[in-house]
Amino acid sequence: MTPSLDNDDSANVSTSRQGKHNGALLWNVSGDKIIRYLLPAVIFIIAIFMWDRIVVWNQIPHYILPGPGLVLETLIKDWTLLSHSLSNTLQITLGALAIATLGGVALAILFTLSKWMEFSLFPFAVVLQVTPIIAIAPLILIYVESTTVALLICAWIVAFFPILSNTTLGLNSSDHNLQDLFQLYAAKRWQRLLFLQVPTALPHFLAGLRIAGGLSLIGAIVAEFTAGSAGSGAGLAFRILESGYRLNIPRLFAALILISLTGIAIFLILSLVSHLILRKWHESAVMRER
Amino acid sequence: MTRVPKNGQEDPDSQDLIALRDVGKTFSNGTTALEGLNVGVRRGEFVSILGSSGCGKTTILRIVSGLVQPSCGTVVSPVMSGVADHSVGYVFQEPTLMPWATVFGNVFLPLRIKGVGAREAASEVENALRLVGLDDVAAVYPRALSGGMKMRVSIARALVTKPKVLLMDEPFAALDEITRFRLNNDFLNLWYEFGWTVVFVTHSVFESVYMSGRILIMASQPGRIVGEISNDTGYPRGDDYRTSAKYSNLCRETSRALTRALGPEERR
Repeated sequence: MTPSLDNDDSANVSTSRQGKHNGALLWNVSGDKIIRYLLPAVIFIIAIFMWDRIVVWNQIPHYILPGPGLVLETLIKDWTLLSHSLSNTLQITLGALAIATLGGVALAILFTLSKWMEFSLFPFAVVLQVTPIIAIAPLILIYVESTTVALLICAWIVAFFPILSNTTLGLNSSDHNLQDLFQLYAAKRWQRLLFLQVPTALPHFLAGLRIAGGLSLIGAIVAEFTAGSAGSGAGLAFRILESGYRLNIPRLFAALILISLTGIAIFLILSLVSHLILRKWHESAVMRER
Repeated sequence: MTRVPKNGQEDPDSQDLIALRDVGKTFSNGTTALEGLNVGVRRGEFVSILGSSGCGKTTILRIVSGLVQPSCGTVVSPVMSGVADHSVGYVFQEPTLMPWATVFGNVFLPLRIKGVGAREAASEVENALRLVGLDDVAAVYPRALSGGMKMRVSIARALVTKPKVLLMDEPFAALDEITRFRLNNDFLNLWYEFGWTVVFVTHSVFESVYMSGRILIMASQPGRIVGEISNDTGYPRGDDYRTSAKYSNLCRETSRALTRALGPEERR
């Protein structure tokens, strides 16, 4: 069933490059995939190279803009310090994501079971969502004694809304005829929830989860910035603040790159999870044979 | 009707199994879907309801199945609203399968709701799939099936509870003609074997004549029954019947009755 394009890619490339006129069709088949992976990689390498050249040609001092080589060197040299901060930030991010997932799903199920609950609580969720976290973070840090808990709360506030709203939408989108069928067979409320609404909501929930993954990292970083806590609990955001004050720009860049990579990794992992769960049946994940 | 259902122990001429008396339905937006409806369906009968789109055919099935309450009139039906009753099967116009479940999972659904475990249900599900001619696709997801096969799965799901009554809402309307003829034949043979009471909604004159013992013709706005045609040709009917003069004559008669039923605007 699955197309065997992957195996033929390399062969197709060489054919189509040797003779453009007779390889047009092959290029069309495999070209999409090559362009998708090759093009961004080439652009990325060019960008790094230009960064390096601009620094060298203009003799920019490293406390203003370090070259990519120096940043990589710093990343390796300061790895003990940075990896410790990375682990702190990761703990907050993943903790917040876990609580947001549990809380968002639980609240969504509560909403679908009771309209009264939805009417009473949904406005609060919206208020939490639309108020910028950076404005609430100082308050939370004052009211909550433990910094870790305060950071978790901040990241959670940012992350839980997409899960809540997507899951709620999903739980309410089940097919009307299937709803009739469940009514016809006199299904109990929990059966309708478990056999019909939850599977219908799954793709929506997973889309929300992917958004929440990125947001929980943003929430964690913003909260760390506001907390500015040093010491053993210092996260990557604190390293950025600290490096900025000390004009240690290479380390600032190194921390920045780690944050970016963390965000990318979270997105890729969640995309993979989503794909693995949906690949058998959902249109978004099933490959079509062409 | 000459046929006596094989599994019907009771006298086939006894009281109607399904009866609607003076039933009307007005929706909350003010549209009158049905008015003054009188329908009786005997045990083991194959009745078609023939009418144009939007004339209230589906509403009749929904009232009989208890999904909709009539605004007025009385309904006698094997289904008591809100009570678990597996003596009625319902087939929709679309296959209405759950995309996340395999064919087995879809056919298993009514039994699962009933509280039967997957292992105990396995043989019932396999039986139902065998009846519709699908024995080897139990592990396949619906998206991999053709339209006709999806419809067969949908029928298997309706049959898995061993119903006495089947309510079918234009089940073959979305299929191509070749597939449709094949499913017509297969379903008719099954009906001949099991003797269900079938209420079959369709907008195809040919299908209604081919399949049923009695055709109720509906007019719309408000939906009401304006004619009745019986087809006393015995079963089993096959492709010989489809090409016979008797069949084409009855099709002509039915078609004329339907044209008379349609308002002057629709006749244009």
